[in-house]
Amino acid sequence: MYNYSDFDEAFVRTRAAQFRAQVERRLDGSLTEDEFRPLRLMNGVYLQLHAYMLRVAIPYGTLRADQMRQLAHIAETYDKGYGHFTTRQNIQFNWPKLTDLPDIIDALADVQMHAIQTSGNTIRNVTTDAFAGAAADEVADPRPVAELIRQWSTDHAEFQFLPRKFKIAITGSAEDRAVIRAHDVGLELVKRGDEIGFKVLVGGGLGRTPMLAPVIREFLPKADLLPYLEAIVSTYNLMGRRDNKYKARIKITVFENGLDTFRAAVEEEFARIRPEFSGVDQEVLAGIEAQFAPPAFKNTPVEFYEKSLAVDPLFKAWATQNLAAHKVENHAIVTVSIKEHGATPGDASADQMRLLADLADRYGYGELRISHEQNVVLPHVAKADLPAIHAELLRAGLATANVGLLSDIIACPGMDYCALATARSIPVAQEIATHFKALGLEEEIGGIKIKISGCINACGHHHVGHIGILGLDRAGVENYQITLGGDAGPLAAIGERAGPGFAYDEVVPAIERILRAYLAIRAGREETFIETFRRLGPAPFKEALYGEARDAA
Amino acid sequence: MSVIVRDDGFHAEDWAGAVVELAPDTDAGQLAALTAGAEMVRVAFPAFSDGRGFTLGRRLRALGFTGRLRAAGHVIADQYAMARRSGFDEVEISDELAARQPEAQWKARADWQAHEYRARLRG
Repeated sequence: MYNYSDFDEAFVRTRAAQFRAQVERRLDGSLTEDEFRPLRLMNGVYLQLHAYMLRVAIPYGTLRADQMRQLAHIAETYDKGYGHFTTRQNIQFNWPKLTDLPDIIDALADVQMHAIQTSGNTIRNVTTDAFAGAAADEVADPRPVAELIRQWSTDHAEFQFLPRKFKIAITGSAEDRAVIRAHDVGLELVKRGDEIGFKVLVGGGLGRTPMLAPVIREFLPKADLLPYLEAIVSTYNLMGRRDNKYKARIKITVFENGLDTFRAAVEEEFARIRPEFSGVDQEVLAGIEAQFAPPAFKNTPVEFYEKSLAVDPLFKAWATQNLAAHKVENHAIVTVSIKEHGATPGDASADQMRLLADLADRYGYGELRISHEQNVVLPHVAKADLPAIHAELLRAGLATANVGLLSDIIACPGMDYCALATARSIPVAQEIATHFKALGLEEEIGGIKIKISGCINACGHHHVGHIGILGLDRAGVENYQITLGGDAGPLAAIGERAGPGFAYDEVVPAIERILRAYLAIRAGREETFIETFRRLGPAPFKEALYGEARDAA
Repeated sequence: MSVIVRDDGFHAEDWAGAVVELAPDTDAGQLAALTAGAEMVRVAFPAFSDGRGFTLGRRLRALGFTGRLRAAGHVIADQYAMARRSGFDEVEISDELAARQPEAQWKARADWQAHEYRARLRG
């Protein structure tokens, strides 16, 4: 894993000192509230519904055990004993005091972490596949490139006051577990012959105007990445709209000007600045790549694991749902669900964080990941150790075997925390999870992605949920729209609205009607919800939702 | 009146020559033509939250402009390093802003060449 260079160390310490001075200058009036706002935002500090919120970056979702323990320490010392993992590989603390924030930033710097550019109209935390470096299906580990982009974009003088926020995601696998098509810039590592480069997508995003990113370059040589990104962001900085914040994202810039016009402007700027880059960035990248060398994998046999699968049904259920294929045959990727039925999606207590850090130290080469689906991943675990890990997770209440199932819901914080929210999302997620568990239908229904947003900004990614739920405010009353057929993977699609919305207490029954219709019409157990939807379209689900009432109207 | 900020602190206006003024919405394709032969270019920053001027400054330098380059308007002390790194020689601010953010707050960022990732990666 990446260890800070002296340059990184000096940078975060200097930045922490600058932020401490900015808080003081706000308090003494040197900075107006208007001027302080973007400065605190570019250091991860939001003003939420009840308090300040600090969003800490977990660059490319990778954490060392000691970093996870420090997050637990911060949660206990400065917050209410827990933190919230987000869909963009950040952790949010919802209750810090403004005057404590500089100390928290120092505590983060102590373990080579920061909250820089997790907010504001600037290039945000670069996200990637939570299985990076472990997955059996990747072209290359995307994390070294993500670290290179982190360094390049950090405090980039030209790009701190963009028209709007700017999110980059990168995947090393065509399976795309990083939702690159819904990002301002999406990068996919690809091979052309023996040469590794990038497929570059631009102008995707969710929010009130969901768009899937088109391809701006089919193949970009690896060494051209930084100047090409610089050309894209520079072009957007000048061309992006600043008259209306709802039209300021790059997806609108690309859409309104047309991809060809935008591409021509980017390529012209790229040709001009490419010679400014001497190639030293590739030397830095080579140094970063060396640090991401895989650990020395244990050579333990798998017989004990296979025996346990045969005799322990609880373990087998967990293994079926929560393990993914590792590139090394006798290892597995473990996803620890922190979405026990009825729990808040994304929340983790300090005790849970410490336990996960200990498990990572004992069984996982000291490494953890945070997935965009708000779970914690142990990327490298020898299969021989899986029964022991499972037993410890069971004792801690962390062995929920629901990864990829109905209760593995992405939900934004919603009206329980967020100043922008127009409806609750967490309680809806909790009720869906507990309802279907009580019915005993979750395993029968199988793989499905339900995603819930509490306002039109779509932080819960509802547009790309197989079933999406969007909570709105209709004349002071919560109203939930349901979308069907969205997808976040390689077959990315924006879900279509099923029809009129539902009141808060009608949402769970509506979801049940959709899923009972699916069970009745699927071709067989092996056909998942989204596959049935792709085969039959929305009609049978709309009928299940609105049925005769709609026909009569 | 206004105050000119450089690495060594506050100065009174000391430029009496011709000035080419650039608005933030200047067409990037016209930059070279608009500034040909200019000795002083002044890029307007109408609001500190509008970052177009940083890109205009950087592109002017990339086009080979070697004259004096000034960022003028609502630029705050916290942006001084960004302006310098984007190719500006100096910043011009109002007396009101200079009173609220005194010289020391600007000189604190006179070390703008330190800790710059992009410069390190560009080589």
